[in-house]
Amino acid sequence: MLQDKDRIFKNLYGDDSFDLASAIKRGDWDGTKTIISKGKDWIIDEIKKSELRGRGGAGFPTGVKWSFAPKEPKEGRPHYLVINADESEPGTCKDRDIIRYEPQKLIEGCLIASYAVSAHVCYIYIRGEYVNEGKVLQQAINQAYENGYLGKNAAGSGWDLDIYIHFGAGAYICGEETALLESLEGNKGQPRLKPPFPALIGLYGCPTIVNNVETIAVVPTILRRGSEWFASFGKPKNRGTKIFCISGNVNNPCNVEEEMSVPLKYLIEKHAGGVVGGWENLQAVIPGGSSMPLLPKSTCETILMDFDSLIEAKSGLGTAGIVVIDKSQDIVKCIARIARFYKHESCGQCTPCREGSGWMWRMLERIGRGEADIAEIDMLMDVTKQIEGHTICAFGEGSSWPVQGLLRHFRKEMEDKCDPQKYYLRENII
Amino acid sequence: MSGKHVAKNQPKTFTFSSENIKKMKEILSKYPETRKKSAVMPLLYLAQKQNEGWIPLVAIQYIADQLDVPYIKVYEVATFYTMYNLAPVGKYFVQVCTTTPCAIRGSGKIIEMCKKHISEKEGHLSSDKKSSWIEVECLGACVNAPMIQINDDYYEDLDADSAEKIFKSFKDDNLPKFGSQKGRKGSEPIKQRLTLLKN
Repeated sequence: MLQDKDRIFKNLYGDDSFDLASAIKRGDWDGTKTIISKGKDWIIDEIKKSELRGRGGAGFPTGVKWSFAPKEPKEGRPHYLVINADESEPGTCKDRDIIRYEPQKLIEGCLIASYAVSAHVCYIYIRGEYVNEGKVLQQAINQAYENGYLGKNAAGSGWDLDIYIHFGAGAYICGEETALLESLEGNKGQPRLKPPFPALIGLYGCPTIVNNVETIAVVPTILRRGSEWFASFGKPKNRGTKIFCISGNVNNPCNVEEEMSVPLKYLIEKHAGGVVGGWENLQAVIPGGSSMPLLPKSTCETILMDFDSLIEAKSGLGTAGIVVIDKSQDIVKCIARIARFYKHESCGQCTPCREGSGWMWRMLERIGRGEADIAEIDMLMDVTKQIEGHTICAFGEGSSWPVQGLLRHFRKEMEDKCDPQKYYLRENII
Repeated sequence: MSGKHVAKNQPKTFTFSSENIKKMKEILSKYPETRKKSAVMPLLYLAQKQNEGWIPLVAIQYIADQLDVPYIKVYEVATFYTMYNLAPVGKYFVQVCTTTPCAIRGSGKIIEMCKKHISEKEGHLSSDKKSSWIEVECLGACVNAPMIQINDDYYEDLDADSAEKIFKSFKDDNLPKFGSQKGRKGSEPIKQRLTLLKN
């Protein structure tokens, strides 16, 4: 188990106050000026060496992303840093705790990252439902301004930075970075085609780096304690610590910061108090937020929680939102509910996703009710394949992968639900 | 994308209160001068707050005028995002999360309580016109499931009893304190906590 001294988010549970004085006592804003004085190249290089990968789901190396920003801003084209706090992936609630209990970590990270990518303005796009969390964050930002950690010559670093909060309004798709930028510009949140990537043409057509809350909030600690320290946790290419959210049918659902590559079984058994009714009662686990294909119990015995191990198991770490499903649940209905979520949240821009997400939901509902015929199971697989890879953004994959996961591991359960008598009837009709 | 119910009875006029005009100026100062349109979303929130939780169509026109953009540009934003209400909602607007992590921990029971104590139908005002409820997608508090949002506040770690207690409290405007209804502070394990013990 990761030791408390190596946990970055010491106030993850809100035992201590979020205010600036308490945050400083916990070690925030310690030597920020010195860190910045070492220069952009040093910061980006350290982050690359720490092997920090984005915590928002895609797992792109953060240092590499920062290096995509042009070296110096051109006249009339300022750089922007945008923080993605539009946390809406079912099973995920880690950024919320960072914002309400450790906001100074995020703000300090914003300053360092803004300096590294030459931005003087940073927008934090927070989901609209997090009203109270947004208020806390605004208070924290105000405190930082009052004490000289933001604004002109922020934290004595010589760098000017302004941070503004922008509230979303209940659209999951705005967690996709280009949809987020559209939303920030005052439009419907519909993703843009890439390329061009936001690092070159982003907010208002200017170079923009978009990072997740957790990614930015761990940056100051990495730079203070050194990239070697951060890279000493987890397996190669999957380094550092990570907040895992364990929800669903467990005895003690919780968020916990652990090292990467921690066994899933350990997280569930130790931190979350075990599966309701014991480990044998486990049916499946969604390991990385609803977009990631579920894992059957047999895989859960040994799987390690990191990007590459989960890809090998044909799933993904995503946001590390672990949803535990026990045997009392109807697995088809669980995934049908996820399909309904995607049907509701599709932005409607690409036909395969707009139409297909509804098809998947309706087919799963019918299978769940036992009103489908067996041939429809293959048809459902076909529908997922028609969506996957045929849309502008990754929502297409996000909506079809959970269904594919169900088909891969629970086909028998689905077939059992299909009424063979109805199947023959239809054949006769045809 | 959401199907939006637009109110039939619409007020004829809408202007921001003097306080909100001040707030509007503050909001506009966050964005570059040539990018006033970015303020569409915060201004819609302002209008919604001023008008008891919903946005009349005249307010959409008013915001469009303030920002020098066509009506449709504001209308399409107001209809795209689920959090903008285009029809009246109750003084206590209950949003019940029913996405999988909440569903498998019993959000169905919360819905039953809504039907019993608020209104049989989703999106309809209660008989005393004080509250209304809708089902929503993941509200991002999954380790505290099942949970609901009432206006701005999250009520977490619910069960049928605690939900019933909350809904009954609408009558006397005496709501319990928001947050976990099982005594948790945040998202720590309710028992057998192993980490961050020496703070």
